[in-house]
Amino acid sequence: MTALILLSALGVIALLAEIFSFKKLLYPVVILGLITTFVLNLVDWNTGKTWYGMMHYDNFAVAFASVLIGVSVLWFIMAEGFFKEESSLTDHFALILFALAGGVIMVSYTNMTMLFLGIEILSIPMYVLAASNKEDVYSNEAGFKYLIMGAFSTGFLLFGITLIYGATGSFDLTTISNLVTGNSAVPSMFYVGVLLMLIAMVFKVSAVPFHFWAPDVYQGAPTSVTAFMATIVKTAAFAAFLRLFTVTFAGSAGMWIDVLWVIAALTLLVGNITAVVQTSTKRMLAYSSVAHAGYMLLALIALNQFTNSSVLFYALAYSIGSIASFGVLSIVAKSRGNDNTDSFNGLAKTNPLLAIAMTVALLSLAGIPPTAGFFAKYYIFTAAFASGYGVLVLIAILASLIGVYYYFRIIIAMFFKEAGTSAAIEVSANHKILFVITILLTVALGLFPDFIIRLL
Amino acid sequence: MSAIQTIPINWYLLLSAVLFSIGILGVLFRRNAIIIFMSIELMLNAVNLLLVAFSTYLSDSKGQVFVFFIMAVAAAEVAVGLAILMSVYRNSKSTDINILSKLKG
Repeated sequence: MTALILLSALGVIALLAEIFSFKKLLYPVVILGLITTFVLNLVDWNTGKTWYGMMHYDNFAVAFASVLIGVSVLWFIMAEGFFKEESSLTDHFALILFALAGGVIMVSYTNMTMLFLGIEILSIPMYVLAASNKEDVYSNEAGFKYLIMGAFSTGFLLFGITLIYGATGSFDLTTISNLVTGNSAVPSMFYVGVLLMLIAMVFKVSAVPFHFWAPDVYQGAPTSVTAFMATIVKTAAFAAFLRLFTVTFAGSAGMWIDVLWVIAALTLLVGNITAVVQTSTKRMLAYSSVAHAGYMLLALIALNQFTNSSVLFYALAYSIGSIASFGVLSIVAKSRGNDNTDSFNGLAKTNPLLAIAMTVALLSLAGIPPTAGFFAKYYIFTAAFASGYGVLVLIAILASLIGVYYYFRIIIAMFFKEAGTSAAIEVSANHKILFVITILLTVALGLFPDFIIRLL
Repeated sequence: MSAIQTIPINWYLLLSAVLFSIGILGVLFRRNAIIIFMSIELMLNAVNLLLVAFSTYLSDSKGQVFVFFIMAVAAAEVAVGLAILMSVYRNSKSTDINILSKLKG
C-alpha cells in the first residue's frame, strides 16, 4: 500500500514538474523515488495489511510489487533516451508511474472492482505510450491495435465479472471462493463467467490463440515502451491471473484447467516456432515473449505449492533478460539503422560489453545454465511435473530447444560474423552501468536461486 | 417489487448477451474505426445493463456502484482512443482500419 501511495505521488510530482519547471531534476528524483518505494515496500513484508476488503497486501503482493518496482528502476535506466524530448518528458514520466501504480493494484486486489480498475490503470497509459511516437505510422498503428484489443478483452472481463456477480452476489474474492468451493448447486452462469474471465486474462498475458495483437504492438511501439510491456505489464498480468485462478477459482479448476492446458501447449509451440522465421529482432523478441507466457502458464496449471514462487522467479529472470536484450537491441538498431539479425554482426569486436550483456540475457531467456533463466525453467518444470503434467513438460522442453536456435542465431552473429563497419557504437555511462548490473543479476540469480524461491 | 423486477432476470440475461454479441461482431467485422469504438461501447453497456438488473434482483447496491466505475473508465478509454485515432488520421487521412496493416511478419 505504501508502494501504491508513493508511486501515485511520484506521478503527480512528475506532472507538477511541468508547471514548476524542474524538468531537468525529474529523472534523478524519479529514480531515487522508485528506490525509496522499493525499500519501503519491503517493510510491508509479513504484515499482511488489508484495506476494506479491497486490497490485501500479503507476501505474494509484496514480492510481486518488489519485482515490478525493481525492474522499473532498471527500465528507467535503460529507457533514458525515451525521456530526452523536452515537450513530452513529464507526460512520459507520469504515464509510466501511473501504469506502475495500476500494476501494484493488480498484484494485491481482493475484489473484482480493484482487479478491473488495476488492469485499466495499467492499460490506459500503455495505450498512450504505445502511440507516443506521433509522427510514426507504425507507432500509431501499434497504439490503436493495443487499444482496440485491450478494450475488447476488458469487455470479456467485465461480462465474466457480471455473470459471477449474478451467480454469487458478490465481487469479493474470498466470499466468492467460499460460496462455490464444494457447492454443487452453483448456477451454470458462474462457470460461463469463469471462462470469460479466463479468456480476458489470457488476452492480457498474450497467450495463443489470443496473442495476435502482441507482435504487432511490440514491434510498432517505441522500443522502450515495448520493453515495459514485455516485462512489467506481463508480470503484473500474471500476478493478477494467479491471484484470481489459484485462489478464487481453484475450487472449480476441473472445468478450466483442460482449456488452459491446450492454451499453454499452443502458446509454447506457436510462440517459439513463429519466432524462428522472424527477420526483425524486435518482432522475434515479441514472439519469444509470447512463448515465455506459455512457460509461466505451465506453473499456473500445476496449481500446487510451487506455483507462486516459480512464477515469481520466472518473471524476475525473464524481466531482467528482456530489459537487457531490449536495451542492447535499441542501441544497436539506432546506430546501425535496422534491427535485423545482420545488424548484430561483429558486435563482439566493436562493443564487447554490449555483446556480453546480450549474450548473457539471451542465454538466460533460452534457459542455459548457469543463468537465472535455467533455474526459472527448472522450477516451472518441477512444479508442473509434481502435479503430473509430464506431457506438457515434454512439449515445453521441445519448445525451449526451438528457442535455443533463434536466440543463438543472434549470439553467433555477434561473435562469429564480420561487421560491415569496425566503428564502435557509442554507449552512455548509464547504459554501461545497467548492462553490468543485468549481467551480475542474471548470473547471481543463476548461482543462488534459493533466496527468491524460498520467499513464497 | 421494483419496475425492473416485473421482467424475469433471464430476459435481461438474454438481452445483454445479444447486445454483447452484436458488439463482438461489430469489433470483428466492421472496418471503420469509429464504428469499432461504438461496438466496444455496446459491449460495455450490455454489461452495465446486466449489472443493474442483477443488482436490483439481489437487492445489493454494489453492482450499481460497479457500473459507475465502468462508465468512468470507458469514458477515459474512449478519450484516449479518439486521440490515437486523430493521430492515425493526421498521418493517413483515413479512419478505415485496413490501412493499419503495415506491421506484419
